Amino acid sequence: MSIDRETVEHVARLARLALSEDEREHLREQLSAILEHINVISEADTSQVAASANILPMTNVMAVDTSRPSCAPDTLLANAPAREDGYFRVRAVMDEE
Amino acid sequence: MAELWQLTISEASELLRRREISAVELTRAHLDRIEQVEGNVRAFVTVTEAEATREAEQVDRLRSEGAELGPLAGIPIAIKDVISTKGVRTTCSSRMLEHYTPPFDATVMNRLHDARAIMLGKTNMDEFAMGSSTENSAFFPTRNPWDLERTPGGSSGGSASAVAAGEAMAALGSDTGGSVRQPGALTNTVALKPTYGRVSRFGLIAFASSLDQIGPFTRSARDMALMMQAIAGYDRLDSTSINAPVPNYAEALTGDVKGLRIGVPSEYFVEGTEPGVRAVVEQAIETLKSLGAEVGECSLPHTRYGVAAYYIIAPAECSANLARYDGVKYGFSSKQPAGSLIDYMSETRGAGFGSEVKRRIMLGAYALSSGYYDAYYLKAEKVRTLIKRDFDSAFERFDALISPTSPSVAFKIGEKIADPYAMYLNDVFTIPANLSGICGLSMPGGFSDGLPVGVQLLGPALGEPMLLRIADAFEQATDYHKQMAATPSTKKKGRSR
Repeated sequence: MSIDRETVEHVARLARLALSEDEREHLREQLSAILEHINVISEADTSQVAASANILPMTNVMAVDTSRPSCAPDTLLANAPAREDGYFRVRAVMDEE
Repeated sequence: MAELWQLTISEASELLRRREISAVELTRAHLDRIEQVEGNVRAFVTVTEAEATREAEQVDRLRSEGAELGPLAGIPIAIKDVISTKGVRTTCSSRMLEHYTPPFDATVMNRLHDARAIMLGKTNMDEFAMGSSTENSAFFPTRNPWDLERTPGGSSGGSASAVAAGEAMAALGSDTGGSVRQPGALTNTVALKPTYGRVSRFGLIAFASSLDQIGPFTRSARDMALMMQAIAGYDRLDSTSINAPVPNYAEALTGDVKGLRIGVPSEYFVEGTEPGVRAVVEQAIETLKSLGAEVGECSLPHTRYGVAAYYIIAPAECSANLARYDGVKYGFSSKQPAGSLIDYMSETRGAGFGSEVKRRIMLGAYALSSGYYDAYYLKAEKVRTLIKRDFDSAFERFDALISPTSPSVAFKIGEKIADPYAMYLNDVFTIPANLSGICGLSMPGGFSDGLPVGVQLLGPALGEPMLLRIADAFEQATDYHKQMAATPSTKKKGRSR
């Protein structure tokens, strides 16, 4: 299983990772090598089993709908890289004309 | 006379109760020890000296007022820097969170505060808990107190080294594929991955949510029982928390293993394990037999798929969990002037994450991407069912299983870092417990060429009392757990009592 440059660039876009030229080449080689090992999994006979996302016998937990104290906005904003008037400041989402 | 930092929690707790020592003295002894060896060991990202001293004074005041205090009151412990601590920066040893200070405490921290334990600081780790050597820390590698040229394992290497070097009496780590047990094995500490859901993960910064579990490091099985008593239990803030009563763990330590059935999984005794490691584990099996345990062979036939299934599931979940680091709400943010919000996020993430984290995000995003989901993620989740069934049938016949914790003793810094897959194979014996949710404990089993070897005990879901009982009985018959590393000092200091 070998991964090409196009796939690396596609996955990096999906993962929102800006990668340098060197990183892309490195990752292409490393991911190809790792996938080669991982592909052993295709040999397992799973025709008779269902997938386990959770391994313990648990069911959905419903929370009681009551209010409780939470963090003040200032506390939550304290770690923000940029803030303005009590909001997180971000770059423009829409392209400007 | 032993130095205060050499005591176990149980011993120190008794001295505190009898008021032969104070919590301030005990805390001071550990802070001095940190000053003495930390230049060599580098276990801590942050040392919280002022807070620790203040908390210790409070414990002494309460005790002098006659308050009833539990066994952890005044006991200095270290916390892996992946566990949220209110007002104390929590970095995950990543540039991404280098300046992040959580506005809340993890549930385990609330529980330790309630027990009046003293937090000494936050320990170094592989970035976001991804790695097996603590070399993936964005800040510095932690060294193994048994040999400073070697790694302590990982990802909870800082916590393991801190306990091994006497910088803390116990520590918390997190175990997603072996990140508590493997460093425990490599540093001669007792290390437990509790059953998935036994300890609340609220406030544990997520890596792979279906696998992550918080677990302690100690220097005896009895101390482990005390730590578990404090942190185990239901938490409504963690929806995967098990709502089952917490047993009295110390009561499980009967010192007796007569008639217990211990299974030896043949797939865990194959080529690839160092002969010195194998010899120690075989000797441990003989010791348990001589104590009256009934040992028999068993088979976990799907073991060979464990590492592959793990390196699909864990990266897939990591790629989703780490999507939150976008430079908006907290964490590192790119200073590039570049245009769109998506460019900004991509630059932030490209610059804020280290190479192993990026590798796993890429692997996970690939495994989840359109066209590959069935072949990788879904297949791995099915293999997980097979691995769980292996354990189910083994535990019908046995009370616990025994194996090496890690195929090797501590390896040299730099030795495996260039080959990601060789590094991943460190976790071949620990991964199946995470995939199946069962509990696993690594105990000091002996030495190979002067380096510690860990013996792993695996138990069924909520089988912690059984593992602690076996480890405790083994400790009664051996003295490996009492041996501490001759950690070289950078500074001559420290007091004896």
